Order: sequence, then structure tokens, then C-alpha cells
Amino acid sequence: MATLSISAPIARRRPLWGWTLNDGLVVARRNLIQTVRVPELLFFSLVQPVIFVLLFAYVFGGAIPIPGDAGAEAYRNYLMPGIFGQTVAFAAASSTVGLAEDLHKGIIDRFRALPMSPPAVLLGRTFADAARQILVLVVLSITGFIVGWRITGGAFNALWAYILLLLFAYTVAWIGAWIGLYMPNPETANTAGLVWLFPLTFLSNAFVPIASMPSWLQAFAAFNPVSTLVTATRELFGNPTGMQPDYWPLQHAELYTLLSCGLLIAIFATLSVRRYARATSK
Amino acid sequence: MTDAAVVASGLVKTFGEVRALDGVDLVVPRGQVVGLLGPNGAGKTTTVRILSTLLKPTSGTATVAGFDVVKQADEVRRTIGLTGQYAAVDEYLTGRENLRMFGELYHLKPSYVRERSVELLEWFDLSAAADRPVRTYSGGMRRRLDLAASLVAQPSILFLDEPTTGLDPRSRMGLWGVIEGLVAQGTTVLLTTQYLEEADQLANDIVVIDKGRVIAHGTSEQLKDQIGGDRIEIAVIDPAAVGRAVEVIRSVSTGEPKVDELRVSAPVSGGSTVLVDAIRALDLEHIEVADLVLRRPTLDDVFLSLTGHVAEEETAASEPARGRSTRRR
Repeated sequence: MATLSISAPIARRRPLWGWTLNDGLVVARRNLIQTVRVPELLFFSLVQPVIFVLLFAYVFGGAIPIPGDAGAEAYRNYLMPGIFGQTVAFAAASSTVGLAEDLHKGIIDRFRALPMSPPAVLLGRTFADAARQILVLVVLSITGFIVGWRITGGAFNALWAYILLLLFAYTVAWIGAWIGLYMPNPETANTAGLVWLFPLTFLSNAFVPIASMPSWLQAFAAFNPVSTLVTATRELFGNPTGMQPDYWPLQHAELYTLLSCGLLIAIFATLSVRRYARATSK
Repeated sequence: MTDAAVVASGLVKTFGEVRALDGVDLVVPRGQVVGLLGPNGAGKTTTVRILSTLLKPTSGTATVAGFDVVKQADEVRRTIGLTGQYAAVDEYLTGRENLRMFGELYHLKPSYVRERSVELLEWFDLSAAADRPVRTYSGGMRRRLDLAASLVAQPSILFLDEPTTGLDPRSRMGLWGVIEGLVAQGTTVLLTTQYLEEADQLANDIVVIDKGRVIAHGTSEQLKDQIGGDRIEIAVIDPAAVGRAVEVIRSVSTGEPKVDELRVSAPVSGGSTVLVDAIRALDLEHIEVADLVLRRPTLDDVFLSLTGHVAEEETAASEPARGRSTRRR
């Protein structure tokens, strides 16, 4: 057997942007390579929102009137930002499952025994899961365009709407990451990662106007950041917002969305980093 | 500067009510291999996790390469390589991509990582598979890549937590060869195993732990001497003859015979003349034997006499119980 002959290891100089970001990008690249290597997973994660578009546009569309606008055409314009909002929210589930798998397979143990920046594993995970949503949004937008959705708010506003959606994906990815660090195994993560997302996305104005809900639910829906995200993107895309009840978050949808994203990231990043320091494989 | 690479004293770790470690003392001299031997749940993995900075001890202290594992965790991490019970590599990345990622996370220069990866892949006989995703690898290849990943930064101290669990004998021997090669180049190794044979093969020093405590410590030979030298072991054919066989064995042995179904064994001294005496006596008594051997004690025997139970895997429980003759390989 040959012997290892190489010279002593050569350390790299600290990059300008610091180790945390550097290591975070290394981990993000790893997570994105996974996406490319399992095209089936990517394919089906795209199919689900596309099916939602078709179901809502053609099955429910005629039955859900949009106050102030008439016809199925109006509902499709109303619907698309809702689908966008719901879909990016589900980015959280992949963070939950991804971290649970990494823990289960012992790769987190290896990361934690490296002299790397500890938050980088979480940073890389959330970043990759949000970045994956770019492709999802492209596919959804094309589908939407085919069923009659139109952007009428201008290119700059549309771009800002997409950025808000990605910011929201990144925010919920941190919540998902935090849940993932508590999961005993990937199977549990599959369920726990999704279960809270259904009420979060359906108790909002993503698919139906809030005004149609019982009044006690209206308050919850109005303060749900999914509602404000969807409202903000509707406004930016120039799509109908429907009749909005009189709640501050809905009247300041963009500001409320930005504030809640900032607050949620601060809370869940702190909790996750703290949990990560104690997480080991089972 | 001491000559010890790893020093642990009085390590205690509790998980709620469970006392996983109950005061473990351990010294690994520089350039040596110490085997941490014990059954599942004895505290081997917990010890390695504390020494590799993954867990904080409830009490007690430990230094690795002179650095405190709690207060100087980052310095410790720069010095060590860790290979756990699972092949902790990314399944979807190729072998080469895995090594690159870990090299970058060790904060090594990309050009160095590239060269080192080529060298490691070659050394571990993975060059042909270097650009294939790891999920296409066999179990043995994964373990080799896992070990390669912990060597990217050329650690002077290596923690191997059950490195060959679940491997077939051929892959196991291959991995032993690699570990021996590393030790020959001066690497210090702390190895945990439940395979007595593995500790016997690789380790200079063996520390036996059970229920979170060190119960014995020494070279393989010293441990074997502790329970007496050679043993005679016979297996009779007729179950009714066991009682008479015990009497025969007692007449040639230096200690009380042990009986396990059809097997009778006892410590002896005097080497092969004992065998002749035993055969003669058995023949006189007309006891037919299926097997008759004189052997040096294995670590199995050591473990049995120290703990009163066999160092058995929990997963082996599905096999029919064959008492102390149960051996893993």
C-alpha cells in the first residue's frame, strides 16, 4: 500500500465575508447538488403546485366569487399569488426533512466535529431550500400564464413581488429547520414538517377572501403573514385583492410582511442555532 | 507537554436519570492505538462524543492534544478526525465532492484539498468510483470514504467509533490494513469496538468498559493473563456424560470447570501434556468427545470473567442463544 506523502495541510486565509457565510455557502452548494442528483424529487415538488393551479382554476374557480370582480378569469388572477404564497411556504418542509435526515445519518455529527462555523449548516440548509423556490416560481408563473394569469403592475413591482416570496420562503425555512432539529427520525419529519403548513396556508386569503370566513377566524387570517404576503404580491402584480376587512396588517401588507419575516428569522434562527449545538444523532 | 495525546479523568455524563458514564479515566499515549472495548450501551460512543467535542461532560475533564475539550473545542476540532458508527458522508455527492466539502469546511486551501483528495481516493482504492454518487457505493466503500473524509486535514489524533460494524470480513480486514498503515505513520488512534478480535488485532492497549465504568485496562496479553493462562475445552457427544466429563477435567485442571450445555472448560497449566492426560482419562471413562482443544483465552473469556456476561451485540439476540460459545466471527 502506498503511503501518504503530501506536505502538511495548508490553511486558507479567512475570506473577507467571514467563515460563517463561507461555510454556509459550502453547505448550500452541497444541498443544491442533492437537488440536481434527485431529479425525481424536484419533478414531483413542481408537479404538486401545478396541480393546485389547475384544480383551483378549473374546479373551484367558478364557485369562489371575488368581491368587486366578476368571472373565472378574475379568480385566476386572484388565485395565482395565493398559490405562490402557499408553495413557497412549503419550502419549510424540505428544511425539516433535510435536517432530520442529516441528523439521522450522522452527518451532523461530522459537521459538528469540524472546525467550521456552527450556524453554517443551518444557514446552508435554509438558503438552499429558499433558492430552490426560484425554479418552482418560474414553473408556476408559466403555468399561471397558460391559464390566463397576467402581470399588470410593471416589471419592477413584479420583481419585488418575487423577492418578497423568496424572503418568505427563507423565513419559513428557519421555522422548518428548528422543527427538524427535534425530529427523532426522517419519517416523523415528513409528517411534522407538513402538518402546521396546511392551517397556516389555508387560514389565509390565499384561496378565498377573508371576508367569507367567520369573524373570529378573520382576525387570525388577517394577522397571518401568509395573508399579507399574498396581499402584497397581488398588489405588486396588479392582481385583484378582493374585498379586504379592516385590519392594519392587510392595509400595510408589504410592511407587515417584511416586519414579520425579520422577527420570525430572528426568533427561529436563534432557537435553531441553540438547538443545533446540542443535537446529535440518535 | 505530556506524552499523552488524549487524557480523560473522571468523565461523568448523565442523560436525565441515566448515568451513561460513571467516572471514566483514560489515557491514550501519542502514536499508540487504544481500544475501548465494551458491549452496546457501555458508554463507548458517549466517551468518543465527549472527546470529539460533540457532547459536554456532566463532570470531569478531558484534553485532546493538550486542548481542553470544552474550553478549547475549536482547537480540538482542528486536531482530530472522527469516524462514527454510520458512514457520515453525503449520499448524493460523489466521493470527490464529499472530500472537497469536508476539506473546505476544515478551512484548507482549495488547491491543497484537491491534491489531497486525489491522494486519499487513490490510497483508499476509490479512484475509479471517485466521480460517482456515494449512494452507488458498497458498504465497505462508504466506510473507506468516511475514513478518508476524516483524514483530509491530516489529523494527528483519530477517533474511530466502531469503524467496521456491519462490514463483511473482507472489507473489515481491508479497513484494518488502512488503520495499521495510519498508525505506522504516527497517527494516534482511539478505537471503540465490540469486536474483541478487532481490539486484539489493532490495539496496543485495551480499556474495557461496562455500564459507564472502566473495569479493566492493559495489553491484550495482560488481560488474558488476568483470568489465567491456557484453557482446556471439550465438547462431549452424550449429554449424560457431562457430569463425568466435569470430574475428568477437574482432575487435570487448576481451577473449577465451567459447563455450558455439552461443553466443559477449565483453566490448565503445563501445556500440551495436559491434553494427553485429558485424552487418556476421557478414554478410561469411555467418554466420547466431539471436540477437544487447548487454547489461549480470547478477549471473550476476559470479558466474560470481568463482567459476568458476554460482550454481545443486542442485534445478535435474534440468533439462537448458544451461551458463551457465541462469537461474532
